[in-house]
Amino acid sequence: MRLRYAPALTLALMLGPVLAGLAGTLLPAFGIFPALGGTAPSLAAMRALLGWPGLGPAAGLSLSTGLAATVLSLILTALIVGSWHGTRAFRWLEAALSPLLSVPHAAAAFGLAFLIAPSGWIARALSPWATGWSRPPDLLIVQDPWGLTMTLGLVTKEMPFLLLMMLAALPQAQPRRSLTVAQALGYGRLTGWLKVIFPRVYAQIRLPVYAVLAYSMSVVDVALILGPNTPPPLAVQVVRWMSDPDLAQRFTAAAGATLQLALVVAALVLWRLAETAAARLGRAWVAGGRRHHADAPARRIALILGALSAGAVLAGLAGMALWSVAGFWRFPNVLPDTLTLNPWMRHGPALLDPTIDTILIAGAATTLALALTLACLQAEQRYGLSPGARSLWLLYLPLLIPQVAFLPGLQTLALMAGADMGRGAVILGHLVFVLPYVFLSLGDPFRSWDSRQATVAAALGAGSARIFWTLRLPMLLAPVLTAAAVGFAVSAGQYLPTLLIGAGRVQTLTTEAVALASGGDRRLIGLYAIAQTGVVVLGFALAIAAPRLIWANRRGMRAG
Amino acid sequence: MLKRLIVGLGLSLATAAGAAPDPKNWDAVLDEAKGQTVYWNAWGGSTATNDFIRWAGDQVASRYDVRVEHVKLSDTADAVARVLAEKTAGKDEGGAIDLIWINGANFAAMKDNGLLFGPWAGDLPNWHYVDVAGKPAVVSDFTVPTEGLESPWAMAQVVFYYDTARLPEPPKSMPALLDWARANPGRFTFPQPPDFLGTTFMKQALYGMVADPAVLQQPVEDVDYDAVTAPLWAFLDELTPNLWRQGRAYPQTGPRQIQLMADGEIDLAISFSPGEASTAIANGQLPDTVRSFVLDGGTIGNASFVAIPYNANAKAGAMVLADFLLSPEAQARAQDPSVLGYGTVLDLAKLGADDRARFDALELGIATLSPENLGPALPEPHPSWMTRIEADWQARFGTAQ
Repeated sequence: MRLRYAPALTLALMLGPVLAGLAGTLLPAFGIFPALGGTAPSLAAMRALLGWPGLGPAAGLSLSTGLAATVLSLILTALIVGSWHGTRAFRWLEAALSPLLSVPHAAAAFGLAFLIAPSGWIARALSPWATGWSRPPDLLIVQDPWGLTMTLGLVTKEMPFLLLMMLAALPQAQPRRSLTVAQALGYGRLTGWLKVIFPRVYAQIRLPVYAVLAYSMSVVDVALILGPNTPPPLAVQVVRWMSDPDLAQRFTAAAGATLQLALVVAALVLWRLAETAAARLGRAWVAGGRRHHADAPARRIALILGALSAGAVLAGLAGMALWSVAGFWRFPNVLPDTLTLNPWMRHGPALLDPTIDTILIAGAATTLALALTLACLQAEQRYGLSPGARSLWLLYLPLLIPQVAFLPGLQTLALMAGADMGRGAVILGHLVFVLPYVFLSLGDPFRSWDSRQATVAAALGAGSARIFWTLRLPMLLAPVLTAAAVGFAVSAGQYLPTLLIGAGRVQTLTTEAVALASGGDRRLIGLYAIAQTGVVVLGFALAIAAPRLIWANRRGMRAG
Repeated sequence: MLKRLIVGLGLSLATAAGAAPDPKNWDAVLDEAKGQTVYWNAWGGSTATNDFIRWAGDQVASRYDVRVEHVKLSDTADAVARVLAEKTAGKDEGGAIDLIWINGANFAAMKDNGLLFGPWAGDLPNWHYVDVAGKPAVVSDFTVPTEGLESPWAMAQVVFYYDTARLPEPPKSMPALLDWARANPGRFTFPQPPDFLGTTFMKQALYGMVADPAVLQQPVEDVDYDAVTAPLWAFLDELTPNLWRQGRAYPQTGPRQIQLMADGEIDLAISFSPGEASTAIANGQLPDTVRSFVLDGGTIGNASFVAIPYNANAKAGAMVLADFLLSPEAQARAQDPSVLGYGTVLDLAKLGADDRARFDALELGIATLSPENLGPALPEPHPSWMTRIEADWQARFGTAQ
């Protein structure tokens, strides 16, 4: 049966490009790059990297912003879900936060920058009547040297991601029953949730958390907009070296990419160790039996922070939308002097083609990824293949290796295969990134499905195919659609893979937006941010609405 | 078997060589170009340039049946990297890039690495209008001879723009700029190197500090670089703490300064396009109180070029587009401040009366200096100055928190 080969095929599609890309990075890092005259191994590139004066701070920024963003996002997500899951406030927060996942990182970052800059919306709203500023103060808020604003920007984007992952995993932890028991035993709502449910949920969302850590450490677009520049975080500097007209800098770039990879691996190991320590402490804490830990104020703080985070992104987006129709807009005016549809009239028609390509590519990559993932999971189930720690890590490679580290190698691969310049190659390139996210989103809910139901069905005479199509898949509709929406958003947000593999000839809303963003014209950035967000938000709306409509009469199948 | 292989190889080489169009036979070029699609890789960060490129594409499509696709780059070096990647992969024909908007260090890198097709520029039919004598920058790209490997299409010159509503008398020399910045800290900045405009600001400053500007025309290896640049670093040591955000953050591109000025964060900015401020006013991006000026003693000028990679797929179409960009019609449109406001590369004296009239009819924008007020352009230093100054700035100011 062919299903048996699904895992092998999936791994090949994902790992082939990654391994080739890795080789394309590691070889130049150690001096091998024939087209540039590098034919013998050497440590010159590593020495050049170590000789760069900004290396210490740049590497430190990568670590500090990445770890801080991940810790903050995780804590905040756990507090929000633990405090409010199942309440009306939570439904409101969920409704506000989920669409935020679809906001492209760059768009969210631009929005946030406009909100909190000294000449931004908040300062405008308070000036000059409260602050006395007739011109913006010279304050280093955006692009601060410690990367605080950048961390904040990452948290506003990663928290909705973790929230969605947690919600998708939650039904398997059967929170209602456990929490009822805990509360009956006198535990406070939040304390009980953290002690009883969080450990189970965390085990299921561990992989998404790792992905958040690896991503936050090596993000480029957000760092360019909100991050420090003197020096920038390491990933940004690698991109700079890569685009240096002096082609010899490609060697330094490769060495920097290798270091970035090592940093990410080190941070993951650190995180894993911290998990073990936290588990040990946590067990003692759970066994301690204390029923309350300032539950009420903690719940309120969680709600406020969650609302602030959602509010910041939404207000930023509103600012971007307003900019897309703004005439001249001077500080400290809260609103533009005039409103005009000129930017939309002028650039609207040019939006159409990239929009179609974005949907085509994301749709195809997501469909492929979903089919492969389901085939793998089903094969695993059917033939009793155990996924094993090793294959999980393999699945993980595309998310653990910073994009800047393996994409140039991937590009060379596409070229040599003669597969470049088409949407097909870009779809395959996107698949490398979409697959892990889809797999990570879907794998745990799929495996946690109560297989006693399959046993019952089999006892009633259903074959495994029928069990899959008529029982398992419908019951897992919510996580499948969530995974599809995540995959779609991941694909639509890809910048470097689209640019490098598509040779710039395949233009999506994201490649257009980043190219235009370098010009800093807020009207145009606003216009593309709105278009980008609009495309992806539709996917999420479907993922959330569909199970509720289809299973309107089956409460347990509506994801939470 | 081996023999057949060798013959086959020879044949394919012959076809490959025969496929390269010869610009001396322009009719053949026009024939070959028909139906081709030219992928023009050009920086996509400026709305005005993007609109101009779309217009030029429409024109060559209707006149010569050549389709133009604008591949919008966020950095021209991405295109250089692309051609390099193709060469690495052995893709010596049918490359993805047909034409690149290029100059300076990117051109020097491509020329040095044999990544360019040509020579072809001197054989374009419209080449005879080009003002080679009056604008030597059109054949000498940052002192590197173009040797027909790229064709100029626009002249640029450093200007500064400022908001008269906040700054009535702008400083017209680097020492005056320093004094003004000391008195008004936080109101000036420049794009962060490696953005070319930031490095250009430093080269411009250097011009006023060297006894003999001729040293800048030589490669840095041939002169006493440390002695020549010592005053520049002293100047920047003084200036940096008085920059916007105390020099701890910089705008990443030139056009980003427009937004900063509109937000009231800075009062003075550098630009490489004399018409940029006027165009921004017309687009509602800047208030109409903005004006531009040049420094006493002149400012650096250079030319923008288009080049064809050695493995381009549509070389004929690319040459047709390059030739159209040199036409008086396209040049006059590019010079129109409501469109682009770029200087022409043509010698107006060589044009016929009709074509001259196109230029005479142009109205300079409200913030654009007339050619007399713009003054003569100083030549770009050798590309090695750009690379070296950029690297040193990074080490001194770009990595120090």
